[in-house]
Amino acid sequence: MLKLLFAYFIFPGLIFSATVGLLAGWLERKISARLQWRLGPPWYQNFVDIVKLLGKETILPEASSKVFVLAPLLSVLSLSLVATILGVNLFGLSQGFSGDLIVLVYLLTIPALAAIIGASSSRNPLASVGASREIKLLLAYELPFILAIVAVVIRSGGVIHLSQIISYQKFNHSHIFSASGISLSGLLALVVGLLVGMAKLGMGPFDVSEAEQEIMGGVMVEYSGLPLALFKLSKAMLMYIVPVFLISLFLAKDTTVVFLLGKLLFILIVFILVKNTNPRLRIDQIIRFFWGPVTLLAVLAVGLAILGW
Amino acid sequence: MDLKTKALTKSIWVFHISAGSCNNCDIEILDCLTPRFDLERFGIQLVGSVRHADALLITGAMNRKSVPRLKKLYEQAPKPCFVIAVGQCALSMHMFRDSYNTVGPLDKILPVDLYIPGCPPKPEAIIDGLVKLVAAVRGK
Repeated sequence: MLKLLFAYFIFPGLIFSATVGLLAGWLERKISARLQWRLGPPWYQNFVDIVKLLGKETILPEASSKVFVLAPLLSVLSLSLVATILGVNLFGLSQGFSGDLIVLVYLLTIPALAAIIGASSSRNPLASVGASREIKLLLAYELPFILAIVAVVIRSGGVIHLSQIISYQKFNHSHIFSASGISLSGLLALVVGLLVGMAKLGMGPFDVSEAEQEIMGGVMVEYSGLPLALFKLSKAMLMYIVPVFLISLFLAKDTTVVFLLGKLLFILIVFILVKNTNPRLRIDQIIRFFWGPVTLLAVLAVGLAILGW
Repeated sequence: MDLKTKALTKSIWVFHISAGSCNNCDIEILDCLTPRFDLERFGIQLVGSVRHADALLITGAMNRKSVPRLKKLYEQAPKPCFVIAVGQCALSMHMFRDSYNTVGPLDKILPVDLYIPGCPPKPEAIIDGLVKLVAAVRGK
């Protein structure tokens, strides 16, 4: 029991993933700043932001219900569960349980749902615009995301057990490679996974639900103090969880600390470069993009995986 | 100095209110975020919602239409929250002091923490003012 609590709250759960995630968030700000020829904030900036928000006054909208405060808590708690399941599998602390991949797919949608619920309960018109965009975004990216995961499941022999997928890659090769060079289906599924990951993080061209310039923070518009800090924390944890999830699905050949860190940095830098070179898309463009070309790529990946490419 | 104050002075999120200015001060404020001056290295960010704000940056001569909205925005901001008056208009109404429409300088309406004079103030002056504000808050 104590071991479980330690795994959930400290390593590799809440505190570990939040720390790495806040550092990843700093990396995003720093690299963006350097790309714009600026200096950028110091490495502890995101920690300071969280501490500051904890010390601020929390304002509850008059018409809001308890859900307004519970939604960010739900987001953080479900993400620490995701971080725990991913971490124990990847660091080899435990074998996990059968079907944990499906549980992870469900748990990864909860931050978006929490943002939708919290924004709707604040009864702010701008927040409801943000919530409606978040719903559309969720509908847009879930289909190619699940197809990309299906491609991985087929390639590793039909297992839906995360530790078996990882050990398959350890004994054979990462899913983006095959016995002879690069595997087409794995590569296509990884591209789909990266695009969906960016949409899940709400960054880059897919940040419509929090567009600061047009809807003033969107789903976050009424949040202040502690609940806002929790939402920022869950966003930071997602910055760690999404790359690690992609690593354990596609690039889990070598899971020593150095290689993990290198792969994490690689995926984060790809995200940040795409973010800084692409302007924000409209929500209808995003849906057309995800249901059109991206889903086509994902279907192609599944087909090629069935053929054994 | 406690942790709360230290964190507050290291990460000031600014909400920008133009209460009837000629847009000159606003342009200089945006200049502070450009590569040459880069206020983000001090953790200062512009935010879209007043609920996220730690400082209200107010420009322009207050007029009868903007004052009620200004008071409302100040009440909506979570405390502790600084009020920064930027430009000669917000400080003393400047050349609009005899206008039929202006109400009064900003410190007659809200408690002002920092005055930055100039028409418009240079980005250097704004950064200097912010440094003085941080020093004053930490010295408290």
